[in-house]
Amino acid sequence: MTSSAHALGDVLAVESDPGGGFTPPGLGEFFPEALTSFSLLGVEFEITRITLIAWVATAAMIALLVAAVRKPEIVPGKLQFIGESGYSFVRDGIARDVIGPKGLPFAPFLASLFFFILANNLMAIIPFAQISPMSKFAFPLVLAVICWVVYIAVGIKNQGLWPYFRDIMFLPGVPKPMYILITPLELLQNFIVRPFTLAIRLFANMFAGHMLLVTFALGATYLLTVGNLSAVFGPVSAIMAIVMTFFELLVIFLQAYVFTMLMGTYLNGSVEAAH
Amino acid sequence: MSILAAESTNPLIPPVGEIIIGLIAFAVLAFVVIKLVAPRFEQVFQARREAIEGGIERAEAMQAEAKAALEQYRAQLAEARTEAAQIRDAARAEGQQIIEELRAQAQEESARIVARGEEQLASSRQQVINELRGQIGTLAVDLAGRLVGESLADDARRSGTVDRFLDQLDGMSAAGDGRGGSSAYVPQDAR
Repeated sequence: MTSSAHALGDVLAVESDPGGGFTPPGLGEFFPEALTSFSLLGVEFEITRITLIAWVATAAMIALLVAAVRKPEIVPGKLQFIGESGYSFVRDGIARDVIGPKGLPFAPFLASLFFFILANNLMAIIPFAQISPMSKFAFPLVLAVICWVVYIAVGIKNQGLWPYFRDIMFLPGVPKPMYILITPLELLQNFIVRPFTLAIRLFANMFAGHMLLVTFALGATYLLTVGNLSAVFGPVSAIMAIVMTFFELLVIFLQAYVFTMLMGTYLNGSVEAAH
Repeated sequence: MSILAAESTNPLIPPVGEIIIGLIAFAVLAFVVIKLVAPRFEQVFQARREAIEGGIERAEAMQAEAKAALEQYRAQLAEARTEAAQIRDAARAEGQQIIEELRAQAQEESARIVARGEEQLASSRQQVINELRGQIGTLAVDLAGRLVGESLADDARRSGTVDRFLDQLDGMSAAGDGRGGSSAYVPQDAR
């Protein structure tokens, strides 16, 4: 439960404070103290423990993947099998099945997305980290913007600049007067809502997951240390924290999959000319 | 601290520095995956597919070979059967021909034997006739001498009379059935 080390510190401080009550974890959870900060080209960089977690997660995932392909063999070893399973999951399950035969060239990119999100999400339940960088909006936003650029670029490249936008704005087979309603909606949907929902979905899931875990953990700690009848509820809260950790594991995989899957469907729309 | 942070920050407006850090982290991972990991995995998939397809191809080749061998064997068998039938027919025809030839030969032979027999028969008959003619003359003279006595002994007259008498006999037999006439003079045991 080190993830909430400072929050725990806060709680203990509150407890020692006479007349103090339970302080629920706040947004401060996501804005830990900067370990170091510097300015480069007028941009302020803050290296926090979440930054470090992101780096560790990314580095670990890269190390795992590189180790998996270090000596590729037809009959895979354990590590290669794990890497292959992950890659095949995205390659076959998303690139090939969602986009079609034209989707295979996108498999490496989609796999990158999946591995990156998965590695960072997993930090949400790994001891001593226990917060996912994806619960910082910057990370999902970066991914969503990259996806947004990629699927628009692929659409223009595959269909041509004007046909791509024309097909989005004027859906074929729709009665002309309906365009008044549909065209703005489609533009909004394709160019604003999509990237935003991609980012928000991932961010909000990880954010909420972390808040949930911290709340149960802190609640358990507080209830156990208050030392009255509420001590009965302390263990319940602790058990809930553990149950929610497993639930979080599900969310971690699901969100990584959903993000990649949706990017696959957007790419599908870009690769195939509109119906 | 937390209150301060909550005041100064909005979770939906991330600092630029953090965005750049996230971008770099993703860029590094994406680079490694796109440049190294994915191509290696694709190579492995390709190799695996080829290994499987190669196995299938080998099996197919072997099957085709076996099929070809069977075809060849069948063709040879059919050929051999035709050949056997041809040989049998030829042998039968040849046998037939040989039989025909032998029959013809035998017929010829028998005809020849018969002809020779007839020839011999004719010549021996002639011989017998000639012999008998002489004996009949002598006998007739003897008989006539006995009938008229010893007085009649003039040779010239005798032979003239006998010859005339025999010619008359010949003429009679020639005028009648030749064979029937001649057989009258051949004794059974002389043949």
